[in-house]
Amino acid sequence: MTPAIDVINVSKVYRRYAQKKQFATLKSAILSGSLLGDLRPEDAFQALKGVSFSVPKGCTYGVIGSNGSGKSTLLKCVAGITRPTEGDVKVDGRISALIELGAGFHPEISGRENIFINGIMLGLTKKEIQRRFDEMVDFAEMQEFIDAPVKTYSSGMYMRLGFAVAVHVDPEVLLVDEVLAVGDQSFTHKCLDKFAEFRRRNKSILLVTHSLDLVEKFCDTAHWLKKGVTQGEGDPKRMVAAYVIDVEDTEEHALAKAEAARVAAAAKTVAAAPDAAAESDPPSGSLDPESGAGPEAAATQGPKDGFKSDEGRWGTREVEITNVTITGPGGDAGHVFQSGDAIHVRMDVHARARVTDFVFGLGLFNADNVCVYGTNTSLEQFRPTEIEGAGVVTFTIDRLDLVEGTYRLDLAAHKVDGYPYDYHRLLYTFRVKSKIRDVGIYRPDHAWSFGGGIKISDQK
Amino acid sequence: MFSNLAALCRYRGLIQTLVVRDLKARYRGSVLGFFWSFFNPLMLLGIYTFVFTKVLVGAHPGEMEPYALFMLTGILPWTWFASSVLESSNTLIAGGNLIKKVLFPAEVLPIVTVLANMVHFFLGLVILIAFLIYYQRPIEGLQLLWFPAIVLVQLIFTTGLALFLSAMTVHFRDLKDLLGNLVQFWFFATPVIYPMATVPMDMRWLLNANPMTHLMISYQEVLFFEGPHGHWQWLMALGVASIGVLLFGYFVFDRLRDSFAEEV
Repeated sequence: MTPAIDVINVSKVYRRYAQKKQFATLKSAILSGSLLGDLRPEDAFQALKGVSFSVPKGCTYGVIGSNGSGKSTLLKCVAGITRPTEGDVKVDGRISALIELGAGFHPEISGRENIFINGIMLGLTKKEIQRRFDEMVDFAEMQEFIDAPVKTYSSGMYMRLGFAVAVHVDPEVLLVDEVLAVGDQSFTHKCLDKFAEFRRRNKSILLVTHSLDLVEKFCDTAHWLKKGVTQGEGDPKRMVAAYVIDVEDTEEHALAKAEAARVAAAAKTVAAAPDAAAESDPPSGSLDPESGAGPEAAATQGPKDGFKSDEGRWGTREVEITNVTITGPGGDAGHVFQSGDAIHVRMDVHARARVTDFVFGLGLFNADNVCVYGTNTSLEQFRPTEIEGAGVVTFTIDRLDLVEGTYRLDLAAHKVDGYPYDYHRLLYTFRVKSKIRDVGIYRPDHAWSFGGGIKISDQK
Repeated sequence: MFSNLAALCRYRGLIQTLVVRDLKARYRGSVLGFFWSFFNPLMLLGIYTFVFTKVLVGAHPGEMEPYALFMLTGILPWTWFASSVLESSNTLIAGGNLIKKVLFPAEVLPIVTVLANMVHFFLGLVILIAFLIYYQRPIEGLQLLWFPAIVLVQLIFTTGLALFLSAMTVHFRDLKDLLGNLVQFWFFATPVIYPMATVPMDMRWLLNANPMTHLMISYQEVLFFEGPHGHWQWLMALGVASIGVLLFGYFVFDRLRDSFAEEV
């Protein structure tokens, strides 16, 4: 059986023209004396590089990838809107593309007339439209307004009508580009039902989306694109997982880079004025119990100066925190973790001379700068004896029970009375990812149970 | 190119629908509605009639009486031509959404523009017929058979030009500004408000080189002047040339087609 869509080694190069020639005009072309020169590209951008896949009939095929990975270009090539620079696309049967809904609606004329025009543009005959007209209007929930000019429609109505026409074209192949966000919940469900019906009737769907859930639930196969290159193709769950890991990697790089820059900047300010930082009344650490500015005190008294101050680093460096790494369950240093992971925060410390009065502390803040948790060795009843030379402090969280978001860490070494040796304020960042979209600051370990007349099923 | 040209036949229904949409949309929301199609040529007619019969009295020979009727035979087809050319140059850019987001045969857009303006022309003919009856101009039935032929030649010529210009304007946006001036120049270089007979002999070659001249003379001979349509050889030659223009226009359009989705 021939596949519904066959994409063979497709590449697409977009030509980019030099900035000054962006608005090419005949006048400028004649003045610069090069009619043809202006039409010659200065630069090329490769949106797709040798992408191949085929979609069997009746298959729902998902394409995932970050912004700019070439998904939409791919869809346009399949739809025939643009032609691939190299390679070939074969489509068997009528295509309907849900790329831009309601493209071609004329604002001045009524919804009814627009349905006919749009239907004909999508390849229906007048009779076919007549037959499906009521179905389309019902689907779009537009009975009341169908004779009003389209310019009076809300954007939701506009999209719904466009969607209704496009899915009732009865295509063999349906191309969908991120258009499910058009209606309220009930309309989205209707759309999904419509897709399910397509599948039952052995039609093919090519779906481009950022909604990974949808790909996992609906697609038979997923295709992962990155910068125009195929990264993988196969089982949706596996592809989505691979894609998510890659995204985390990218975020990881970004976080690591930003953090390195922050730490370097902080180190510079300390190097410039170490004495000033030590002698002026230092912003007392929030992790210092005896000054009354510990985490519990902060919660009742409101933040002190140190609490409000931005990221930075101060202290005398008698005990210096030389390096900080956060490691995940695999033991690799990282910045992106799953909720529930075990993580270790490791501080390499160094004391130039023997120090007997020292406390190590840690504060965890969420993106709103709310202290999620703070503690130190003094609060937890460790009595310092001495430190000299290099040492290692590891703070282990067995389960990172946090909701999804970005968190920042304070790390500090100071005297019991709060006198800072080396205070790292909000210098370290990590991101927590979660499949569950719960909210709040803290996720207690929890379970649901149901009894009596409740029937409920676990979608996990 | 020719397979694309053949595919055009499949879009008949689409073209028809879009022409109707164009006409409906143009007049919806305006008070006079569809009477604007009459209003514009009548307005022009009024102006020129005033100028040439009250201000510049004697500027035209007696054979052009009644002058209003003479003008109308020329202005109606000219308006069709001029509006088509001006509007079609912008049509791909205005329809950018269709070209970028929907699998849509782009050539339909300029063709629809030409056809919609042709419908206006036909509506304007109603006024012309009213004038013909009012002045009791004798029309020889046999001469009238030429009329569809003239319209057809003009349609082919205008469509070819519209395809060419719409494709070029995508790349050279100022073409449509240039065209405004060019069309005005072209209007006075065509015997619309004056007959060919008043043109000095040594300038005739210039007017003969203008395709619109022959269309206008043909309209005038068929609808205004008595006597046979003596210009038919020119018309036939122009018909052949128009097919050349259409093929050339379509060739250029087809060559540039792939760039539309990216450049619009």
